[in-house]
Amino acid sequence: MGGRDTEMVLLDENGIRCDGRKVDEPRRIMIKAGVLKNADGSAYIEFGDNKILAGVYGPRDVHPKHMSNADTGILRCRYHMEPFSVTERKNPAPSRREIEISKVIKEALAPAVMLERFPRTAVDVFIEILQADGGSRCAALDAASVALADAGIPMRDMVSACAAGKVADTIVLDVNNEEDQAGQADMPIGYMPNLNKITLLQLDGVMSLDEYKKCIETGIAGCKLVYEIQKKALMEKYFSNGDGDSE
Amino acid sequence: MTENSRRKHVIPGDVITSGSYRAEQNTVLDGRLIIATAVGVSEISDQSVRVIPLTGKYMPRIDDLVVGKVMSHTSLSWELDINSCYVGFLPASDVFGRDFSAHSDELTSRLKKGDLVAARIANSDRSRDPLLTITDRDLGKIDSGHLVEMSASKIPRLIGKRGTMIQLIETATDSLITVGQNGWVVVACDDPDGLLKAKKAIRMVDKMAHVPNLTDKVRAMLGGKS
Repeated sequence: MGGRDTEMVLLDENGIRCDGRKVDEPRRIMIKAGVLKNADGSAYIEFGDNKILAGVYGPRDVHPKHMSNADTGILRCRYHMEPFSVTERKNPAPSRREIEISKVIKEALAPAVMLERFPRTAVDVFIEILQADGGSRCAALDAASVALADAGIPMRDMVSACAAGKVADTIVLDVNNEEDQAGQADMPIGYMPNLNKITLLQLDGVMSLDEYKKCIETGIAGCKLVYEIQKKALMEKYFSNGDGDSE
Repeated sequence: MTENSRRKHVIPGDVITSGSYRAEQNTVLDGRLIIATAVGVSEISDQSVRVIPLTGKYMPRIDDLVVGKVMSHTSLSWELDINSCYVGFLPASDVFGRDFSAHSDELTSRLKKGDLVAARIANSDRSRDPLLTITDRDLGKIDSGHLVEMSASKIPRLIGKRGTMIQLIETATDSLITVGQNGWVVVACDDPDGLLKAKKAIRMVDKMAHVPNLTDKVRAMLGGKS
């Protein structure tokens, strides 16, 4: 990438971005756990203008049988964009990009889930992008992580994700669609906040070593903000109709 | 330290304690930290830490009483849905006795597809599907009753301390309740009002498992509209 010519002012002289945010300010995030009755676990996320549903099934029988593993359970993930999720109708068949994102989300979730406890089973994660607005893989990962916890799959930690990037030579948190298109770099980060481990790191663009380090720091700070919202969503679903501790 | 201050609400990844405790059910040890692996209520006892989960599938354990639904059969055994990620196997010799013959005995004469069975887990390990048995008192085909599904992780709450909760529901509604550890509960009651009330009480326990003094709340609900 390295920056494209654009008329848009991505960052003004007061450090305000094209959508009115400060450089270290994420978009509005809302997460709701347990929105689907028929799935074992589910979550809905609104991350800026992204609207995403995640459903988790399992652990359950593996079909086709040859995929099952006698030593451990397997994790399968499908990231899918609805035809109406973008301005021009998207072909509902899985695209190269969707296959890639399905793979990276699966690999970002895998270190957190403890599937060795469920040999010969599969956990399926289905992610439907209802509305896309840049940074959908991070938002999808956030929703998938909440849905897995909602399904009761044992996890070492939650996985929180947020992107950071370089726009107008400045490192910014949570790159939106315009900044992604016209900016200089985009770095989605998946992070386990309690274990302090990164599970997803991609970089599209060019930046110096110092910028890279700052970008990771900024992204991790964003992940920690997202984590608090994920935690609130789960607490709201499981502990909201009581005053607290159990008998 | 009071009992309640030793309990807290946790989600996966939450650090429960860093003391020298044994990490039990739904926790892992990471260095010196004991971390929760499920959404639930953490409980620190004298030597160990565990998390009582509020969600999750049933994992078969030997000696558990489960309620199963017959899915299909082969010439030697039935396959039962036990609301788990694994299918339960009930050998035909368990039902017909030692003189069972695959040639002369027809399995459908005893258990048909859709029948409910109260069974015990005879054997279960990582390498094969759980083996069920009905050779015990009060086990076998369930002839009447309504199946109520609830979260398997909340079954201990439905039973209550020394069976207080389940006894309360049974006496208040004059019903007979078979509780499967797998989250399937069969309620048999002659009185339709009693049946409705018992079902409502079970759903209430499922919804409010983490709420303190639940037994009193259920008692109030059962006594309220009689």
